[in-house]
Amino acid sequence: MFDWKWDFAIEILPRLMWATLNTLMAAGFGYLIALIVGLIFALAQRTEIKPVTLLAREIVEFIRSTPLVLQIFFIFYVGPQVGVRLSPWSSGMIAIGLHYAAYLSEVYRAGLDSVPKGQWEACKALNLSMPRTYFRVVVPQALPPSLPGMGNYLVGIFKDTPMLSVIGVAELMHTANALGSQSYRYLEPYTMVGIIFLVISLPTAFGLRRLEAWVARTLGVRK
Amino acid sequence: MEHYLDFLRTHGSRFIDGSIVTVQQTILAALLAITVAAVFGLMRLSNNALVRGTSVVYIEFFRGTSLLVQLYWIFFVLPLLGLTFEKFTAGFVAVGMNLGAYGAELVRGSIQSVPRGQWEASLALNLSPYKRMRRIILPQALLIMLPPWGNLIIELLKGTALVSLISVTDLMFEAKQINGSTFLSAESFGTALIIYYLMARLVVAPGMRAFEAFWARKMGRV
Repeated sequence: MFDWKWDFAIEILPRLMWATLNTLMAAGFGYLIALIVGLIFALAQRTEIKPVTLLAREIVEFIRSTPLVLQIFFIFYVGPQVGVRLSPWSSGMIAIGLHYAAYLSEVYRAGLDSVPKGQWEACKALNLSMPRTYFRVVVPQALPPSLPGMGNYLVGIFKDTPMLSVIGVAELMHTANALGSQSYRYLEPYTMVGIIFLVISLPTAFGLRRLEAWVARTLGVRK
Repeated sequence: MEHYLDFLRTHGSRFIDGSIVTVQQTILAALLAITVAAVFGLMRLSNNALVRGTSVVYIEFFRGTSLLVQLYWIFFVLPLLGLTFEKFTAGFVAVGMNLGAYGAELVRGSIQSVPRGQWEASLALNLSPYKRMRRIILPQALLIMLPPWGNLIIELLKGTALVSLISVTDLMFEAKQINGSTFLSAESFGTALIIYYLMARLVVAPGMRAFEAFWARKMGRV
């Protein structure tokens, strides 16, 4: 019943390792986009201009309540229709980056909201400039409560990269599919992909917990 | 606009068929996820190390790998080990077991956040462990965990889109088929996006809020 072939597993290991690099790269780039765009989404929801706030809110809600895999297809296929030819990589990065930007904007928002009003008022009373208010007072206090959410979504984005295989980004899942259809053996590729994901995501999650504690200590803010 | 209405007249029925399958997948996966979450969430709190360990392994395994990997594994690899699922079954089983692992953590967290005084009071009143859980702790835990469950059910609805990749004819699958035959990508995928959005925003979110309000009233906390 269980016919695991070790020599086949070892034979495909190098290709899966290369694909793992692509997966990590996709997760890294996607996360970078999400961190930046998420900040824009969060700040747009804090402006005084009502239409901007409402629009940003609705965009975030829309992105968060529709499937990522459908968004990937949408960006990949609709781009050429409106005259923008996007490679699988770039459309994948845009889709996954935007998707997680919506989630991260909620994390930023909650973090900024957790800074007591008195802190803002004190900055105003002391006549601190806007950058000084943000960088010296608000962000150091908003960061520690935001870190767990930010860390969860880093692991989340990594686990969602297999969806990029649907438009042909050569990451782990795509490579496993290719190996499977070449050899008609699916047991080893899919199982190994599962193990690779576990081996990366569990220690990362653990490391992030340590990082949170360290940042909280360094900034002198109790969690 | 005229063009889009034409598109809907031609393909509307397929979007409806797909949506029905998506709703079926969501309901079945949600029932499975709730069961899995309750069982493994309670096991996670057991005093028995073996029971607790089993639950930790289950939760970490399903949260540590991707839903797509789990789906493919259940659909393509389990048959090799002698366990064959229909694609429709494989779809909601994978989604339900995956989201159930996240739900188990919600169950555990909410039970742990019921105030200590409640546990002590039920001990003082000499309630049996079963009665304590059923009448005192769980009703309060449910109230605490309902808001995050609302988000989880939306994640679950979104997760069912992946079953299209093993050819379950859900909304996502129909959108892909229509795109393939008409090349009207914005219309096909855009319509599907809007349907998913409406399901989440007009059905799941208000439904969960209504249930929360109902439960809070029932508990006398208005």
